[in-house]
Amino acid sequence: MPAYYLEALTVTLGIALLMAEAFVPSKAKGWVGIAGAIGLAGILGLTCLAIGPDAKPDAAWAKWPLWNFYTFDGLARFYKIFALLCTLLVLLMGVDYRKVLVQFTDHPGSEAGTGEYHVLPVFACAGMMWLASARDLAGAFVALELVTITFYILVSYMRRNIGSLEAGVKYLILGALSTGFLVYGIAWIYGSTGTMNLLEIGNRLRESVMFSSVPIISGLFTIHQVPLLFGVALVMVGLGFKVGAVPMQIWIPDVYQGAPTPTTAFLSVGSKAAGFILMIRFLEPFLAGPVTRGPVLGLLGVLACATLLFGNLAAIAQTNFKRLLAYSSIAHAGFLLLALAAWQPSDSELTSTMVVSFYLATYLLMTLGVFFVLAQVRIQRDGENITDFNGLGTTNPRLALALTVLLAALAGVPLTAGFIGKFFVFFLAVDSHLWWAVGIATIAATAGFYYYFKVIRAMWWMPPADATPINLPPISAVCIAVLTVAVLLFGIWPQPIWALLH
Amino acid sequence: MLALIVFLPLAAFLAILLGAPARLTAVGAAALNLALALYAAATWHCPCWIFSEPVLAKPAIHLAFGFPDGMSVVMVLLTAIVTLAAVLSGKAPEGRETLYYGSSLLLSGGALGAFAATDLFFFYAFHELALIPTFLMIGILGRGERRAAAWKITIYLGLGSIVLLAGLVWLANLTGTFDMGKMADAGRIDPVAQKGIAGLLIVGFGTLVSLFPFHSWAAPAYASAPAPIAMLHAGVLKKFGLYGLLRLAIPLVPDGLQAWLNPLLLLLLGNILWVGYVTVSQKRLDLMLGNSSVMHMGYIFLAVAALIAFPENPLARSAAIVLMFAHGISIALLFGLADRIERCTGSIDLADLGGLGKSAPALAFMFGIAAMASIGLPGLANFAGEVLVFLAAFKSYDGTSGLGPVQVTCILAIWGVVISAVYMLRAYRNIFQGPAGTLTSSAPDISLTDRIPALLLIIVLLAVGLYPNILLNLLK
Repeated sequence: MPAYYLEALTVTLGIALLMAEAFVPSKAKGWVGIAGAIGLAGILGLTCLAIGPDAKPDAAWAKWPLWNFYTFDGLARFYKIFALLCTLLVLLMGVDYRKVLVQFTDHPGSEAGTGEYHVLPVFACAGMMWLASARDLAGAFVALELVTITFYILVSYMRRNIGSLEAGVKYLILGALSTGFLVYGIAWIYGSTGTMNLLEIGNRLRESVMFSSVPIISGLFTIHQVPLLFGVALVMVGLGFKVGAVPMQIWIPDVYQGAPTPTTAFLSVGSKAAGFILMIRFLEPFLAGPVTRGPVLGLLGVLACATLLFGNLAAIAQTNFKRLLAYSSIAHAGFLLLALAAWQPSDSELTSTMVVSFYLATYLLMTLGVFFVLAQVRIQRDGENITDFNGLGTTNPRLALALTVLLAALAGVPLTAGFIGKFFVFFLAVDSHLWWAVGIATIAATAGFYYYFKVIRAMWWMPPADATPINLPPISAVCIAVLTVAVLLFGIWPQPIWALLH
Repeated sequence: MLALIVFLPLAAFLAILLGAPARLTAVGAAALNLALALYAAATWHCPCWIFSEPVLAKPAIHLAFGFPDGMSVVMVLLTAIVTLAAVLSGKAPEGRETLYYGSSLLLSGGALGAFAATDLFFFYAFHELALIPTFLMIGILGRGERRAAAWKITIYLGLGSIVLLAGLVWLANLTGTFDMGKMADAGRIDPVAQKGIAGLLIVGFGTLVSLFPFHSWAAPAYASAPAPIAMLHAGVLKKFGLYGLLRLAIPLVPDGLQAWLNPLLLLLLGNILWVGYVTVSQKRLDLMLGNSSVMHMGYIFLAVAALIAFPENPLARSAAIVLMFAHGISIALLFGLADRIERCTGSIDLADLGGLGKSAPALAFMFGIAAMASIGLPGLANFAGEVLVFLAAFKSYDGTSGLGPVQVTCILAIWGVVISAVYMLRAYRNIFQGPAGTLTSSAPDISLTDRIPALLLIIVLLAVGLYPNILLNLLK
């Protein structure tokens, strides 16, 4: 089965769900989400089983007019699985989150207005899957916009909630701005290299170096550095918005806090991963080119240090848990950027791409697990502050234990999956002799320890404000249990994720 | 097979979590583990104890356990003994048995894993695993200012661990392997890097062992901690830092350590003299014991310093290990008995107590032995350790070249023994002698079941004190 069928199937699933949703009675909109999750699980199965890791473009592909927009390799497969899994879990989270959605949609108390909320993530998923395979900047841009525009709707979905609306407006304006930067940067790159195909850009960069000393023809292959690097910087501004790199992170806290919790989870995991896979694909040719390598690495190093410092230090003062997670998501972007700044090309033992992908996989497990708990606390305690978690250890010891494991993993405590990701990042940074960055990452990790443990402390050490225990609905209970066990399992035995990356 | 010893407490922890009777499971697992550890001590040369399972292909990380030398055996033995004593002597608050015994086992499993691991990754990881229950238990079930104390230990040890991690990653990066046995094969590390790594390791490991001035987390944490946690952390887990210095820093970065020798000597004097002085002025027994445990770390650091100064000095290494063992047993005994005193009388304030010796003679006798051990009286294990340390410090002293910095430090450190005697004997007098107060006159004596763990520890103290070769033979 050709790989691009997966995207086609996902979009078809989305359209089918959207049409079916119109006929689903308003009491049963949750089933739309469950149907979507089942559909995605089917596509996930196809991705894992029906397509080998080495499905390369062949003769049949060549006839396909879009073939040079699309590539398929182990990395593409990994990020497709990532996007599907993330969307699936977000849909399941949305099913339980209906209770909050109905309060803020058009017909308060009825689920009539919530149906689309369970369908839209499927479209975003299709965009993310395409991004994983993008090898042309034009195609990548279209896919990224599919993701972003879907998120505009999802963020402001609770249209009677002032916070959600504010988040929607902020995301729309800043997202549009970043899109502008992205397109402008692509135009500059096209102008200096004459192509938007990433493979071609790599070739052109090599040729310009190869022929630079040949007197007559060197002019034919010359690429001017300044406009090219200007373009790269502009694209990095655009992508920086998506992944939440400082100083393009300003939208994150407000948008994360205002958006419905499943959307926040989706933004924090899915959208960030999409940004990173695109960044990897985009930067690969420039990091291979000897002339562009230095400046690009310098840019990444500065971004990484600024993001690490800002994300972690600003998180310390937070009292709202959702906002804390927003800063934590910035902080993790810092670690991911550090892995890129310590660039190890694809022929080394431990490549930056593998480390980033591994880190994101563990990040998915930990973050979505935490958001599942947060969603339930929001539904049943009607609050998202750290104080709303007070005494969870007394009222729900097992839930508190799970959240403790997940938060410890986010902080990077050993024998959890989160530690292995951080460990690799540190390892890469030391390998590349980025001593300043290692120092800053050490401070950042310590700060992380502090603010995640603030929540653990609230759960276990503080007396409960509300003695009624939280009842977990079955879907959330199963998801939290599975994610927690996975975080522990991959902390001791990371080989399965690692094998997926080869 | 060694994996069995490590995973037995963890399996018991899971069983308790899933509903097994907490105390019974914990005691059973701890007793079985002690038996296994004793068997391991008898047969540790056998390659059957080595366990290695690949976890990650590239970079190669193994879940690997083994006994590279006798030091690991001694530490595993210490952990097993203290674990049994800790779960036996603990008395969980009503309804919190799961948490209380479960976390003790988790701590024990983490410590065993750290001491038995031969892969750097798991060496670090298991220690962190043991820290988490420590933090949580102090915060949940602690006494007094428990939240402040728990928060302080969390921050200090979290920070120390991350500094340590930076040093360990650097070390693994330079040697190109995570296998602790193969690290030395990579050749001599560049001196500049050695100095950097040694500094990170001293600060990182030092924070974990409460090296002055990174020690202020220790006394409040031990004072607040529930008894088994204080016993296990002060007795066992804290030794991880010293174990790490001996296992990694001394063989791999000797030149780097040399550069830090003089600062280290000053810091350990801070432990012995400054913290010793602080200990004398404590008004509560638990705070006094916590501070005394910080103080005694200074002697073990002195042995480490002697080893740095004279690398060809086998005595210093043995001295450090014997003293680690002896201190682990004696401080666990003291914390266990202090908990008993509090349960008998309802107070731990030295001013409230007095005359307890009349109503609780057995308790007084046991506490007396523990206090004597802590001071370093001959016949008890600590004496063997301390004498070895002092001998090691003078090992290469030939009388012609004058006193070196290590010898000067040693002479000053010997005053610490006097300080120990002052605070320990004063505490004994305040608690057990003099007129009985309202709290102590009718206090019950230590119950028969509570005597078992205390006797276990006393027997070990006497055995090692009278015949230190039990340990020294393991270390040959």
